Amino acid sequence: MKKLLISAVAALALLAAAPLAMADAPKQGGQATVTFNNDLTTLDPQVGYDWQNWSVIKSIFDGLMDYKPGTTELVPDLAESYTVSDDGLTYTFKLRDGVKFHNGRTMTSADVKYSFERAVNPATQSPGGGYFGMIAGYDDVVGGKATTLSGIETPDDKTVIFKLTRPDATFLHLMAINFGYVVPKEEVEKAGADWGKKPVGTGAFKFVEWVPGQSIKLERNKDYFRAGVPYLDGVTFEFGQDPTVAVLRLKKGEIDIVGDGIPPAQFAELMADPANKPLIAEGDQLHTGYVTMNVTQPPFDNVKVRQAVNMAINKDRIVRLINNRGVPASQALPPAMPGYNPDNKGYGYDPEGAKKLLAEAGVGEITTELYVMNVDPNPRIAQAIQQDLAAVGIKAEIRSLAQAEVIAAGGAGKAPMIWSGGMAWIADFPDPANFYYGILGCAGAVEGGWNWSRYCNKALDERATKADAMVKDDQKDARIAEWKAIFDDVLKDAPWAPIFNEKRFTYHSERLGGDATLFTDPIHIPVNYDYIYAKDAQ
Amino acid sequence: MLRYLARRLAASLLILLGVSIVTFGLTFMIPADPVAMIAGRNSTPQMRDNIRIQLGLDKPIPEQYARYLGRLVTGNLGMSYARKSEVGPLVVSRLPPTLLLMLGAIIAELLIGIPAGIYAATRRGRFADKAAMTLSFVSVSTPQFVLGLTLLYLFAYLWNWFPLGGYGKLSNLILPALTLGLAGGGWYSRMMRSSMIEVLRNDYIRTARAKGMSEWRVTMKHGFRNAILPIVAMIGLDVGIFMSGVVVVENVFGWPGIGQLMWQAIQSLDIPVIMGVTIVAACFIVLGNLIADLVSPLIDPRIRLR
Repeated sequence: MKKLLISAVAALALLAAAPLAMADAPKQGGQATVTFNNDLTTLDPQVGYDWQNWSVIKSIFDGLMDYKPGTTELVPDLAESYTVSDDGLTYTFKLRDGVKFHNGRTMTSADVKYSFERAVNPATQSPGGGYFGMIAGYDDVVGGKATTLSGIETPDDKTVIFKLTRPDATFLHLMAINFGYVVPKEEVEKAGADWGKKPVGTGAFKFVEWVPGQSIKLERNKDYFRAGVPYLDGVTFEFGQDPTVAVLRLKKGEIDIVGDGIPPAQFAELMADPANKPLIAEGDQLHTGYVTMNVTQPPFDNVKVRQAVNMAINKDRIVRLINNRGVPASQALPPAMPGYNPDNKGYGYDPEGAKKLLAEAGVGEITTELYVMNVDPNPRIAQAIQQDLAAVGIKAEIRSLAQAEVIAAGGAGKAPMIWSGGMAWIADFPDPANFYYGILGCAGAVEGGWNWSRYCNKALDERATKADAMVKDDQKDARIAEWKAIFDDVLKDAPWAPIFNEKRFTYHSERLGGDATLFTDPIHIPVNYDYIYAKDAQ
Repeated sequence: MLRYLARRLAASLLILLGVSIVTFGLTFMIPADPVAMIAGRNSTPQMRDNIRIQLGLDKPIPEQYARYLGRLVTGNLGMSYARKSEVGPLVVSRLPPTLLLMLGAIIAELLIGIPAGIYAATRRGRFADKAAMTLSFVSVSTPQFVLGLTLLYLFAYLWNWFPLGGYGKLSNLILPALTLGLAGGGWYSRMMRSSMIEVLRNDYIRTARAKGMSEWRVTMKHGFRNAILPIVAMIGLDVGIFMSGVVVVENVFGWPGIGQLMWQAIQSLDIPVIMGVTIVAACFIVLGNLIADLVSPLIDPRIRLR
């Protein structure tokens, strides 16, 4: 009881202190230490393609566009302003004055051009180069016929003009994705194969050192173009830290953020302690966990069977299984994504209705396989799905495999059903289009693609392309409405059974301050290091 | 002796060649596509083809193996898929921590196993003997991640004796070395006990006792020095046992060695790194076995090299 009282008093004190800290901008100073289990693979913005690399890359580099901290709202970043031509085929960016790379050189339009060409050049092996397929000259560079993109012009040091081969409403989002972050050519060439370990950018933090397998140190970029930012003097990332051990270290005050999130085994205990309330930030993320059904093979070539699977699964029970770290999903798009339809409740839990649909489908006894990644909690979730399916007469055998094997089975179109957990689609950028082409559109329904349902609806593809041709500001709402309609139609065809939308819980030390949205930033995952601050520096 | 050495070295090379074939073959049996892992979920078939050609994965498998072997003999272990950097320097940079951890584990297992074995042997059949042997049984059978987390929780979190994982200071080494070495300690205590019991039965022990030597001196001077010989010969073989243990222990303790590197490479299907670590680990195991074979006759003249 005494303990409880003390923590309650501490919590109140914190609450009381919070408005004071909010009153004016935080003072600069202090350090933060973040732990990750896995080593970072690279800090090369054109190559890195997982959330862990991205969070660090985003603090070292900048793109033409960015998002308001803690939100999904696009704002110009290295660009000061931009204009779009009426046909949506020409984007003109005016660069900000006086942006310097960490090596002291001023960034110019030539650097922007070079960076995009580097992303597209096959020699870079960039997993994101394909995002820039609408820039004129893309095919020549990918095909090896050219090394420069004819669609990027630099009339002067401060102007970059992009010429596109098709209008694309996601283009500004792509200007904010890390594959287009601006890198200095001379440093890339000097470092050669080591460039991914010696990054030089324009970002809020400057790279200091990387001890392989152990740590990466960043320090505040004093010449950062946004005055007063970042607040921290430095951030240290420690690697090889088991999250279970990291939680103990945080409790002892040795570290500030458990980068991998709270391990399932410790979640209930940490959440139950009221003293942890101000230390655990909770936020939405752009994630949906789903079960794919291969629509090219029986029995899932029958839409009634797919709908029956949707109705057979008790999503609430699965959400409880993951300690309520998510909300039941009604549709493919997560609630935080533009285009999410709050009025569409999806398929409710209705085993009787599912049985009726299966009888109508007349497919007889169904025996199938459910592929799942073999890391907790995914096998447990698969078992729950298996039980639910068994209750309506579908026998699903669980195939629990390593991540790469599940991805390979999905890409080869061999898996009748896949539970997406551990490989699930967390959006690369906050736009409904990013949830469509690769995982639900015809483009992804090919050998090695990520559309594991092999769902290819040409009519929807056409509507999607038309929606993305609406690039003008006054068409924004109409475009999102069309995407909403497209996803409603996807749901009717039921190539997936959406299960839940994961929430993010970030556990941080008492020393760190900042809005909860910064600790669960939907873009800077896990944390927006540029805007959090140290309380001991205030 | 020299002829023996030459023959053993040739055999070792053959073993390594076998290892290279097996690891190379295994990576082709994994039902996963490294190109898809590198290219990512937004890739086009054209991008995937480009990468396949760049990695030489479009070539026939025997040709790929020949190229791999050709690079291997010049010490080139290839490029990491995930890190886009050379595997050789990567593995070499992670070796010192692993070797240090193994050295610590060897010291730990000897410090635990030998005294426990001697103590049990001198109190054969009594309570202390049974307790020591039960403990050794428990230590051999405890999974290392359970042991590691338990030690961390007790000695680092609750009692603050040691840091919570990490690398760099001697205090960082003690808990992981203990975790890795405890099983070996249990094993050695059993071997030491039986070896000691056998030695203590010898006539020269009876003679020493008859001379009126103290029991301590009999045990240490005549018993220990003879009983320790078979144990010393075993140490070289520990390298092989530890190589699998370091994968778990290094992960629990945040120890930046090749075990951790291996674990992360397996997760991202970074085949060149997996093969590189396997080859380097195999070299050390072969070397350990070779040393064990060479050392045996030096400490026990009854063993002859032929």
